[in-house]
Amino acid sequence: MENNSDKILEEVTGSDYKYGFYTDIEMDQAPKGLSEDTVRFISAKKNEPEFMLEFRLKAFRHWQTLGEPDWAHVNYPPIDYQDIIYYSAPKKKATYESMDEVDPELLETFEKLGIPLEEQKMLAGVAVDAVMDSVSVGSTFKKTLAEQGIIFCSFSEALQKHPELIKKYMGTVVPYTDNFFAALNSAVFSDGSFAYIPKGVKCPLELSTYFRINAANTGQFERTLIVAEEGSYVSYMEGCTAPIRDENQLHAAIVEIIAHKDAEVKYSTVQNWWPGDKEGKGGVYNFVTKRGICEGDRSKISWTQVETGSAITWKYPSLVLKGDYSSGEFYSVAVTNNYQQADTGTKMIHLGRNTKSTIISKGISAGHSNNSYRGLVKATRRAENARNFSQCDSLLLGDQCGAHTFPYLDVGNRSTIVEHEATTSKISEDQLFYCLQRGIDMEGAIGLIVNGYAKEVLSKLPMEFAVEAQKLLSISLEGSVG
Amino acid sequence: MLSIKNLSAAINGKTILKGLNLEVKEGEVHAIMGPNGSGKSTLASVIAGRETFEVTEGEVTYLGSNLLDMPAETRAREGIFMGFQYPVEIPGVSIANFMRTAINEKRKYLGLEPMTGAEFLKLMEEKKKMVDIQSKLTNRSVNEGFSGGEKKKNEIFQMALLEPKLSILDETDSGLDIDALKVVANGINLLRRKDNATVVITHYQRLLDFIIPDFVHVLFDGRIIRSGGKELAIELEEKGYDWVKKEK
Ligand SMILES: Nc1ncnc2c1ncn2[C@@H]1O[C@H](COP(=O)(O)OP(=O)(O)O)[C@@H](O)[C@H]1O
Ligand SMILES: [Mg+2]
Repeated sequence: MENNSDKILEEVTGSDYKYGFYTDIEMDQAPKGLSEDTVRFISAKKNEPEFMLEFRLKAFRHWQTLGEPDWAHVNYPPIDYQDIIYYSAPKKKATYESMDEVDPELLETFEKLGIPLEEQKMLAGVAVDAVMDSVSVGSTFKKTLAEQGIIFCSFSEALQKHPELIKKYMGTVVPYTDNFFAALNSAVFSDGSFAYIPKGVKCPLELSTYFRINAANTGQFERTLIVAEEGSYVSYMEGCTAPIRDENQLHAAIVEIIAHKDAEVKYSTVQNWWPGDKEGKGGVYNFVTKRGICEGDRSKISWTQVETGSAITWKYPSLVLKGDYSSGEFYSVAVTNNYQQADTGTKMIHLGRNTKSTIISKGISAGHSNNSYRGLVKATRRAENARNFSQCDSLLLGDQCGAHTFPYLDVGNRSTIVEHEATTSKISEDQLFYCLQRGIDMEGAIGLIVNGYAKEVLSKLPMEFAVEAQKLLSISLEGSVG
Repeated sequence: MLSIKNLSAAINGKTILKGLNLEVKEGEVHAIMGPNGSGKSTLASVIAGRETFEVTEGEVTYLGSNLLDMPAETRAREGIFMGFQYPVEIPGVSIANFMRTAINEKRKYLGLEPMTGAEFLKLMEEKKKMVDIQSKLTNRSVNEGFSGGEKKKNEIFQMALLEPKLSILDETDSGLDIDALKVVANGINLLRRKDNATVVITHYQRLLDFIIPDFVHVLFDGRIIRSGGKELAIELEEKGYDWVKKEK
């Protein structure tokens, strides 16, 4: 082992390491299975500072003491954690030489989403012209940000260049002890993103992982850390509307957000991992821990998510409202079709005084799928005048699917005001016929009705994302009625 | 334009239309009257292609083609419009968005370029005047929270935008006060052309004071039992439906 990692270290440092994680190293795969050696291998491979290895090892040892959670409303065969490859370097090699080799069904979906050709190639794994490589796009973008002192880079790069910031914040919102998947991620995460907005800076651009498409390949155990200093603002977009196929079945990401005094962070996600085929075979298991903390007074964090992919989604973007007058929002649309299962929701933990949270959750189920909302609103003794408004709506297409709502309340303060509304509805034959009679076909009709239903959430997305998300909703439900 | 021969139709196994005949030519306005439950809305739905109704017998020809072979959306794109007796709400979908989608679907079908946002807005402004529709209405979700009158006006507004060849208006007059009725009737009259046709389904003779029909038909128990000119409507109003029922 010693020898091996020496050799790797040599390769890493010896080659052009300027771009950190996309350095081209062949033979980059950890042996199958998970042990302390695997953890050390990954850390060495990435030339990480000592504290990072320590953190990983602690997380690994803790993970070994844990069992997989079983409370979610999802079913899947047991995962053999020793049968997984925990590290393979980002692939630069194209899978296909030309677009002719790509699955025509996938290309059709790209067309419908209106994704530009060059981007389609990148997403499908087709060789891309050198000029169009994301590096050039990314560098102009980075320059604009650097002028304002904003850091936006891969997690690996941040570990090399800003280890003090990572050390200060990593694991403070989602400790590795948080849950089984968080411990796993903390031990073996491969890469991710880091964003830092200095005091008083309003980030002039939507930060989007799109600008680092290479990072898309590091997906299996991703880690994102966003720090917004006092009075700053940032809107961050994660994900991609194109269906992403991935041979890695298990995904366990962590996202941590810290908002200091008067800072505001908007985090938007469109998640469209491969959901498996119509019978539910294959497909990604997506077990994500996302949490933000409104650390300072009057800080604000909002989560907006559109979830259409994955065979199984287990995801509860949560917020700890610590600062007085801080506020948190959760806007979610989760679509399940065929045999997909989603158990998603949020936790709003009110610690500060006069804190406020809003939850709008829109579940859409079709086919044989199951869609659950799970939400916790908690207000501690100190959280005087905490307020929450929750609205959880379910829309059913067909009668083979299920929608479930599990709201939990834990209020330790008499001045807390909590409002909860829930509805379940169906797309009626009357609505569909009304559309058909105006010349809109069945798919178009479902698209319109579903987008109307989800409008409240979609309107929270950044513009360019919203347009794609609308198309995505329609596409996800194709063939679900009639 | 439309030729219906010996049409029978059922819903949930219950026969509603029982051998109905009707001929509508370009430029004509037909009124179909009849008591509640006689099958007026069923007729409209069958012509529009609603699949919950099963056609058990008969033929329907529209502009020389077999209408019964076409799916509902094709019928709409080929110029058939139905004004609904009970327009349904579609939450979160603005009228503007809904109608732009509808118009562009039709244009695509006809091999035309989609209408741009600006063109569509211009068209909307023009048609709004025709039915005296308030500007802000088109930003609201389709029929959501509309008054009865607004719903019916909205149907005529949609008809104006789509410029159909054959319009079947199902009780567009019911639930309207006299002012709204005039507005709706005026809209319908403005849309009347030599090359299109309108079938108004109504309960009351009242609407026919404003829209002068070329033909009046009485629908009873799934059949047209009497046809005539506009004077038939007046006679009906005076003598009631029992009169035709007895004569039958
Ligand atoms: N969905 C349905 N299921 C069962 N019966 C129906 C349905 N719709 C209409 N009917 C019946 O068909 C008959 C004709 O209805 P309809 O065409 O609405 O009449 P009208 O419009 O003339 O009042 C009525 O007896 C009505 O009860
Ligand atoms: Mg009726």
